[in-house]
Amino acid sequence: MIGLTHYLTVAAILFTIGVLGIFLNRRNVILMLMAIELILLAVNINLVAFSAYLGDLTGQVLAMFVLTVAAAEAAIGLAILVIFFRRRGSIAVDDVNRMRG
Amino acid sequence: MIASIAFYLFAALTILPALAVIFARNPVHSVLWLILAFFNAAGLMLLLGAEFIAMLVVIVYVGAVAVLFLFVVMMLDIDFAQLRSGFTRNLPFGIIIALVLAFEIVVATMSYKTGPALAGGHLAQAPATPNIVALGQLLYSRYLFPFEIAGLILLVAMIGAIVLTHRRRGDLKTPNVSRQIRRRPEDSIRNANPGVGEGMSL
Repeated sequence: MIGLTHYLTVAAILFTIGVLGIFLNRRNVILMLMAIELILLAVNINLVAFSAYLGDLTGQVLAMFVLTVAAAEAAIGLAILVIFFRRRGSIAVDDVNRMRG
Repeated sequence: MIASIAFYLFAALTILPALAVIFARNPVHSVLWLILAFFNAAGLMLLLGAEFIAMLVVIVYVGAVAVLFLFVVMMLDIDFAQLRSGFTRNLPFGIIIALVLAFEIVVATMSYKTGPALAGGHLAQAPATPNIVALGQLLYSRYLFPFEIAGLILLVAMIGAIVLTHRRRGDLKTPNVSRQIRRRPEDSIRNANPGVGEGMSL
């Protein structure tokens, strides 16, 4: 029998993989953004699981808002990435502090 | 039984591609693994009875976000081998952090105190109205204001992305469309009747 804990565990593992991805690819912004998407996906699974097991649709509404913010964040993040690359010719984020406008 | 098999299938196919995303050498492969993970997460949400969110994940994440990532990865000419230089150095520390974090979260989820609603530990009874109808009624009544704000956030993100990436290029010879349309015959055509053998000046 699949219970709430199973879904929460899957979401926890997914969240951890996202955090690990941010740690491991500290120079590659694209992979960091993908790891953030994984983290938000884990949050969404959590919200939907709680919503289903509590019989309350609020969790799914919240999941929709998280989805919205994730899409907006990806668009803005990639736009910043593109102009950063245009200006510097690389996306190594070790020396972002040198950007200065 | 079949639900358990489906759950473990979807869960495994969410977690393994997620691992492949962060360990893949080629970022294009990372994006493709990400798409697989999103599809199977949508499958998990289908198992929970949230059909609308599942379809939304497929449409928004796979259809928009992942394709956006793919575009950017393919458009930028980046030396990814050089970007991975810190990878092995960070690996042991990162693994330790991740294991501690996963252990903490899993222990926290295992030891939660069940409230009355969670005591059974099984899915709440499916309501009579379909998922999408119930969600729409909730979204357009109680959550109308946050919903509008979400739309505003998307608008700001769209305008922001356009403003950030738009640039006027000086090195291109593009036609001036408004000048072309404004041009009238009388500006550019002249009738002349030159005499024989005189020629005409242009």
